[in-house]
Formats: sequence, C-alpha cells, structure tokens
Amino acid sequence: MAERTFEVYRGDDHSGELEPYTVDVDEGMVVLDAIHQIQRTDAPDLAVRWNCKAGKCGSCGAEVNGRPKLTCMTRISDYPEDETITVTPMKAFPVIRDLVTDVSQNYRNNEAIPRFNPRPKDAEDGWRMQQYEVEKAQEMRKCIECFLCQDVCHVLRSHSKHEEFIGPTYFVRTAGYSMNPIDVEDRTEFLKERGGIGYCNITKCCTEVCPEHITITDNSIIPLKERVVDRYYDPIKSLVRLIRRK
Amino acid sequence: MDLRERHEHDVLVIGAGGAGLRAAIAAKEAGASVGLVCKSLLGKAHTVMAEGGVASALGNVRPEDNWKVHFRDTMRGGKGLNDWRMARIHAQEAPDRVRELEAWGALFDRMEDGRMNQRPFGGHTYARLAHVGDRTGLEMIRTLQDHAVHEGVDVFMECTVFRLFTVDGRIAGALAYWRPTGEFVLFRAKSIVLATGGIGKGWKVTSNSWEYTGDGMAMAYDVGAELLGMEFVQFHPTGMVWPPSVAGTLVTEGVRGEGGILTNSEGERFMFRYIPDLYKEDTADTEDEADRWAAGDRVNNRRPPELLTRDVVAKAIVAEVEAGRGTPHGGAYLDIAAKRDPEYIKAKLPSMYHQFKELAGVDITVDAMEVGPTLHYVMGGVKVEPETAETAVPGLYAAGEVAAGLHGANRLGGNSLSDLVVFGQRSGAAAAESAAAEEGYREIQEDLLEKTIEEVIAPFGRQGGHNPFEIQEELKNVLGAKVGIVRTADPLQEAIGDIRALRNALKACSIDGGRAYNPGWNTWIDLRSLLQVAEAVAMSALDRQESRGAHTRLDFPDSDPELVKHNTVVRDEGGRMTIVMDPVPSPPEELRTLIDEGV
Repeated sequence: MAERTFEVYRGDDHSGELEPYTVDVDEGMVVLDAIHQIQRTDAPDLAVRWNCKAGKCGSCGAEVNGRPKLTCMTRISDYPEDETITVTPMKAFPVIRDLVTDVSQNYRNNEAIPRFNPRPKDAEDGWRMQQYEVEKAQEMRKCIECFLCQDVCHVLRSHSKHEEFIGPTYFVRTAGYSMNPIDVEDRTEFLKERGGIGYCNITKCCTEVCPEHITITDNSIIPLKERVVDRYYDPIKSLVRLIRRK
Repeated sequence: MDLRERHEHDVLVIGAGGAGLRAAIAAKEAGASVGLVCKSLLGKAHTVMAEGGVASALGNVRPEDNWKVHFRDTMRGGKGLNDWRMARIHAQEAPDRVRELEAWGALFDRMEDGRMNQRPFGGHTYARLAHVGDRTGLEMIRTLQDHAVHEGVDVFMECTVFRLFTVDGRIAGALAYWRPTGEFVLFRAKSIVLATGGIGKGWKVTSNSWEYTGDGMAMAYDVGAELLGMEFVQFHPTGMVWPPSVAGTLVTEGVRGEGGILTNSEGERFMFRYIPDLYKEDTADTEDEADRWAAGDRVNNRRPPELLTRDVVAKAIVAEVEAGRGTPHGGAYLDIAAKRDPEYIKAKLPSMYHQFKELAGVDITVDAMEVGPTLHYVMGGVKVEPETAETAVPGLYAAGEVAAGLHGANRLGGNSLSDLVVFGQRSGAAAAESAAAEEGYREIQEDLLEKTIEEVIAPFGRQGGHNPFEIQEELKNVLGAKVGIVRTADPLQEAIGDIRALRNALKACSIDGGRAYNPGWNTWIDLRSLLQVAEAVAMSALDRQESRGAHTRLDFPDSDPELVKHNTVVRDEGGRMTIVMDPVPSPPEELRTLIDEGV
C-alpha cells in the first residue's frame, strides 16, 4: 500500500478550488476508488456520480489531469508514482457540486431526435435482418451516454453551443436509429437544423475519448454529414428543388 | 413547511430500470398520466449492467422449445418455491415482450435466417436467451428509455423517494427529495408501481451499485405490505476476485454459455463432481460429451455441468476453495481461451474482454479469469398478486427484482430481464386500470408530511455522531460474515443483534455540509431502508431450517420436504417485525406432472 496525493475540485459553478487529499492506494485501484475513500475518511459530502463501477453505465465521467475519463476505468497505477492526480468536473457542463455537473441539456437534445420508426413487419413474428447489417448499428448502440465526447468537443466545451448543436453523443444516437436496417425515418432536416451537424469540423477528439471505442467521427458523424450535403448542397439537386418550388 | 413542489399523476412509477420503464409505458398506453422517478440519471439503472441475455421461449434456435419447457425449467430452478401462476405468465408472455422491443428499436444478434439468435444459459434446457453480445441490458434499457420519453412519460431523475403514504387504506402518494438541491417534493398518485430493484449494497462482495438499498421493500413494508422469501439471496458464481478494488464485479454467465469451463488449482474441471440428482439426466457426465455439446452438437449431447444453476455452481466454487484447491486470490479459474479462438471471444464477449484487460490486466483470449461468488440478486421481495403485481396495499404494485414469487429459491440467468418486461407491463396496465376507477387524489395530512421531513433532516442538527459511510461498512462486514453464502443459526442470531445496534447507531449519525448533492446524507437515508431489509433477510434465514436453492444452512444441510410447502413471510405486527409461514400455492395436476416428468 502506498500513499498518493489527489487534488479534487470542491465547489459549485460560481466558486470552488482544488482540495488536496492523501489516499492509501492498494493494488488495482481506480480513481473512483480514491474518491470513495476520501468520502469515507475525509469528506462524506464530496459529490460524485457513479453506478456500475465497471464501465457499463457511463455515470462517473470527470477530468483526470485534464483528460475526460470514466473514473471507474482509470487505474491509479497509470500515473507516475510521484505525480499528483487532479480530478475535476467535466468542463463542458455547469457544475452542480464538486464532480457532479448539470447534464440535463443532453437529455433535452435526445428528446428532439425523431424517434425510431420501423417498416412494416416482415413476418408475423417480426423482422428478418442479417448479422452484418445489425452490427453497423450495434457499434452506435454501444454508447453508454457518459458524455465524455460532449465534454471534449470544442463546439460545446469552448463555445457552449448546447442549444444549436446536439453533440457527438446524439449524432451517435441518431446514427444508431438510422443504421437500424428496419428504420424508415428521415432525419436529414433534423441533423441540419436542430442537430447543427455543420458545426462539427471533424477534429476527431470525440473518437479519441470514447471509452466504448466507437469510431464516432468516421462511422457516425461523417456518414450523417454526407446525407445532409447530398440533400442540401448537391448543386444539381438544389437546382431541381429550385425549379420545383417555382 | 419546506415543501413547495407538488405533482399529481394517475400512476407514479418509482425506479427506472427495465421494470419501471416498461410499467410506465404500459400505464401511458392505457391512457394514464404517468410520472417516473429515479435515484440516478435516466438510463443508468441496474438493468444497464445485465449482460448475458433475456430468456424467452421464442423457439428460434430450438423449435422444440415452448412456454411449457421454460415454465418447467423455472420451477425446477426455483426448487419448488416459485409461485406457479407467476412462472406460467412469465413463460407464456416473455416471447411477445421480447419481440415488441424490436419494434421499439432494439437490435438483437441474429441467426443465419435473419431471426433473433438465442444462447444457452444455466438451467435452461434449450438455447433460449436473446442477446446483444454481452451488453443485452444496455440495449434493453436504452430502447425502453427512448420509447418511454417519446410516449410522454414525465421523468424526474436524481430524485429519491423515501416514504409512501396511504389514506383510508389505499396508496395516496410519495415523498421525495431532489438529489442536486436537497429540496423536497410531494408526488400524489392514484396508483404507485414500485420498481426499485434489490438490496445488494448491504454485502461486501457484490455486483450491485449504490442504488441497491432495498428502498421499495422497506417503504412497502412500512405501509403494510409483506416481504416474502427474503432468505433467498443469489450469489452469482462468477464475480471478479482480483484486484481487490473490483472484487465482486460481474463476469457474465455468457462466458460459460459460450463454452467457458471452470477449473481448480489442480487443473481439474471440477463441476462434474457437483451434479445434483435433479439435473443428472440433463447434464453431461464426461468432458468429451460436454466438449461435443460446446462444439455445436446439442441434440445428441447433454449440457456441460458449468451450466448448472447458479446456486449449485456458486457452492461448488466455495467448496473447492475451502478444500485448498482455489486460485491464488481465492477463486476458481474460468477459461474460455482454452475452448474458443480470440476472434470469437472478442465478438461474443466484447465487454468482458475489455473489463479484464482494463481492470485486471488479463487478456481473456489467452489466459483464464479468476472468479468467485458475488452477491447479485434477491429472489425475495414484496409479495404480490401474480396477475396484477398488486401488493397487500390497495393501489400499490411491485415489479422486477423488488417483487417476489417468480424465482422461488433460485433464479435462472436470463429470467430477470424477462421478468422486468413481463411484470413491468402487467403492473403498469393494472395500476392504470385501478387509477381510472379512483375519483380524485387523496389528501395526505400536512402535519404528517412535516414530521416525515423533520425526521430526515435531523442529522444536520447533530454534532460528533457516526459518519454514515462507517455504518455502511460495518453492515457490509456483518452481512458478509454472518448472512453470506453459507449460514448457521448462531451467527444469524448475532447478525440480527448487530443490525439492530446499527439501526440505533444510524439514528445518532451526524451529517456535515448542506443538502445539495450530499452523498453522506443520501447514504444515511438509503441506510434506513437497507438496515430494515437486512434484518428481514437475517430473520428469514434463521427461520428456514433447511438448505434449499440459494439458502444454505450448515446446521441443516438437507432440503426438508415439509418446508417446500411454505414460504417465509415477514410482516409488521404492532411495530414488531414478525415471521409467518405462508403456504406455497400448489399447481394444478397437469402442471405438476409437467414439472416432475417433463414436457
């Protein structure tokens, strides 16, 4: 067992500071274990979200030494022994208390996505789909809504465009619906207008932080952007639309 | 009084895992206004962690499968204590409930012909679990969550209900607080569905999250409902045992369903020595036969003994460790690498691959995992009517893990996800129907609300008392040591005393800080439920003087044919927790024959 120094943000959206804590570190411990130990020994009111502690629910996202991470999957031994580990709340969202942020805008963005809409059943007992067809959508369905990709995305993190841009999490969600082989809904206008997909300039930061290793940019955002471009910016199609409108 | 925020709904659902979401959808479909309250963010409930699959006799992989086989498997797995009517409803309705998820956007893995695939699991005669790799629960909760939201269910997240109220004998409302602010909120409702899940947070080694503190059971008990079968607490045989900080984290039964084997430190595949008489006919007795089954010939070979029911496998691992044949960290080896190639493992068990790689530094496509029992599920819970899921309190319903009856003395893997959608749907529909017959909302006495709020803010006024986390740690030690996987009268008796002492200590706790997002205070409130439920578990375990399913008594190692006729029921009699024996309903003759002799 070794002692390590942590600095944890204590405070709310208006004021706060990094508070130092010493933690007895056992083999295999993750950052969330250290936070829990601080709760038990020093600060029972230290606020943190968590549920599964196995990387499956996406509750415990925070920034460890400035990098968006699931604290339950970040091993303390990944950091050099003499290094202080700093844990701060996700920067893209307003802080409620300590490591807990207000992520309610994400849920409002999700509600705005046109819902799943299946074609009529193929048979009395449902639909027929091939495994290779469902696998494309299943990659998107792996999303655990941890919001780390939202946190790292500069459109949200630096420019706070939460109202105009649904963010990588919800492009992944939209792609999950649209890649479902039996879905027939058209979400192109949504992506362009309410979704604000044009704000994304493909820096791929979201893909880098995804704990589920979803290739967010290449497999969801770029194909969705292509649909928007095909519909709205293809010169021949635009001309046809212009003529029809007259 | 500090209670400005008030809401009214025809149906209030407490808990937003699979059962709560499905109940909310059903109530909404029936035309009710529906509120859904949950302790965490939406989509983070325990269902999200379910891995292996949802059991339903679709008959896709094995056309011989039907509800009767599923019913029989469930009853045999429950060692005779299941409510046969719940088991029949469950087996008959699970296929429709699973197929409807696909209509709402769920994408299950497929067979060659394009239909849903199914995988084998412990205690199921045929491959029966519809699945999505090893993240079936995530797919289900996301599907249900989005469907519920789009259907117009009002969601109140990070809001903890801590007290129910009845007026003139019927449920009338619930008092809660917002976790982000600590402000109180009153929900009045014509019907309430409890879908609050289990109790695992009382044990040291568990796969359960902080939310699992028995709130629904304790609150229902407080307003007059009964708790049935609380001694039946399931230890899943395969939790991680190392490193210490992740001890208890679940390793899906899907590993064994996909061909994984259990071995001891001598390299012996030991499960062949632990096949109970009940399953001898259905289980392979040589490694060759088990391997042929795993290789795909499931018609001419019987299932490997690794796929025996969870109670049997968990106890076998404990016995091997006690006999000195455990792994370095006190478990058994679970080896899939010996039987499947790396690509297959990564495709079928992707999250297990990452979990071991990232948390334990073990590559499961090369090396064996070390595993041991972890507290996973409680078969016991609130006693309900089989058809409607209504409790003894009119207007109060319970579905999913918080309810009892379906699983008897031991639950089969995969039968929980199906339980959630089958009885979630039934409870929501029944709650909406009885709400429609109610004239209006019942008035809850203001002074009662005031007194209840004063009780829960009392620790802020105290100084120098215990920190709630210390009480939680102590409870985990007590239950882990004295109400664990094997039990004896004296330690159980001691545990009851310890739990009562902890309940007194809890009353003297003091809390620092304010009410806004204060985990210390939140834990204090949750511990009130958890300690009450822990006492019910210890009392029920002391009372059942036999070993059956998940309940093992060293001082009564055999099953008692008399005791299969009785369920243990805990109820409040004049402020005292009292145990009564409740007759187990006897199935009609044709179902009896089905259970004993097969389909």
